[in-house]
Amino acid sequence: MPTALTACIDALPSLLMGAVSTVGMLLLAMALGFVLGVPLSVAQVYGPRPLRWLAGTYVWFFRGVPILVQLYLFYFGLFALLGLNLSEFVSAAAVLGLTSSAYQSQIFRGSIQGLHAGQLKAARALGMTDRQAIASIILPQALRLSIPGWSNEYSILLKDTAVAFVIGVTEIMARTRFAASRTYEHFALYILAGVLYFVLTAVGVRLLRRLEKRVRIPGYAQQGSLV
Amino acid sequence: MTDSPILGAANITKRLGGKTILDNVSLRLDKGDLKVLIGPSGGGKSTLLQCLNLLILPEKGQISLEGRDIHPRNKRELSSFRQQVGMIFQDFNLFDHLSAFENVRIALIKVKKLSRRAASERAEQELARVGLSDKGGLYPAQLSGGQKQRVAVARALAMDPKVMLLDEPTSALDPELIGEVLAVIKDLSLAGMTMLMATHQVGFSAQLADEFMFMDQGRIVEQGSPKELLVPGTRTQAFCSKITELAGEVPG
Repeated sequence: MPTALTACIDALPSLLMGAVSTVGMLLLAMALGFVLGVPLSVAQVYGPRPLRWLAGTYVWFFRGVPILVQLYLFYFGLFALLGLNLSEFVSAAAVLGLTSSAYQSQIFRGSIQGLHAGQLKAARALGMTDRQAIASIILPQALRLSIPGWSNEYSILLKDTAVAFVIGVTEIMARTRFAASRTYEHFALYILAGVLYFVLTAVGVRLLRRLEKRVRIPGYAQQGSLV
Repeated sequence: MTDSPILGAANITKRLGGKTILDNVSLRLDKGDLKVLIGPSGGGKSTLLQCLNLLILPEKGQISLEGRDIHPRNKRELSSFRQQVGMIFQDFNLFDHLSAFENVRIALIKVKKLSRRAASERAEQELARVGLSDKGGLYPAQLSGGQKQRVAVARALAMDPKVMLLDEPTSALDPELIGEVLAVIKDLSLAGMTMLMATHQVGFSAQLADEFMFMDQGRIVEQGSPKELLVPGTRTQAFCSKITELAGEVPG
């Protein structure tokens, strides 16, 4: 059997373990990004001026600084300064989540601003407070519209998790590097890593597409061939 | 001493971008009134209606409900005020992600804090009242314009408003759908609902309205019963005959 194939077969269990760690970071980061991204978007659209400015600055920072730089900044700097004793895995997931929240907030903001202004007016006219209107009228619509953009964020963030190997998280990249340095089968092993990322992307994007169809508003979504 | 009006507006002034949209407008709606705002587009009708339920905050002036001044900065008071003032929009503004039934029910649950069962029963009743019992499961995108507007009426009525404001309720409708919405409005008026409606349906209004208010450039420039105003020489008469000529509607 060619040594490349043997190397791949030998490395597969380890890489699959790495995939568990990759997916774990991804899910935590997506969740954190969502939990922070929604209020960020609401603050940017409806907040009073100081809050809008604060949210805007946050988004500027996380979208403007490379993820690798952020990882170092937080892992060696801020987390240590704050006396937080976080594991590499949690640190990486947290940094990825903070970054993702900035990107996700802009997906949600676009959807909120795309809604007809009459939706909020009608909710207010019925006596809803702005909080109620946002929770039961604006967000349910905006989040539906955000799913395609969100699946984009999923696939980008999945690949961003690869930077976590620099602080020692044993995810796919770290394990691939380790296997490659032992066997010198770099080419074959990185193809295997690439395939793993590809499969994870495809599965997630498919699931989100299914979710999108499931929550589609009857008669509302436009789809079909142009005449 | 006169009784307090159901809804009162005193000296409402609204400016936007250096332009005066409403210029010291006052009006009152008493129990069972149907008053109609007419006049050219851009005259301030829509802004006035939205000031009346404080969807737009005027720079100057005071809104009152049954004699009590409303303070829009008090969120609780504002919410309670708006519940009592039903609003119908030109472009319906149904909640797109909710079925017709859920559109009527949602504020009963979220705002009035009714139980789901009580809210559902009430929503059924209101849909029946506008003749849409069989359409409750459909979503706005699956309804005709006339049906959407009737759902919007049901949604407003479910809140037990003391007064209804209607902002050109039939202007976005195809001609053959206008009748069904006007019929609902007529029923409401005959049932004693207090209403203020901006509309171009002058023939319909002339038959039902207690009062016409002609608005232009942010002011009410003529005011009186249809009979008083629909006589040669008034702006109201000139405007109405131009509209009926264009629409082929026979004045009442």
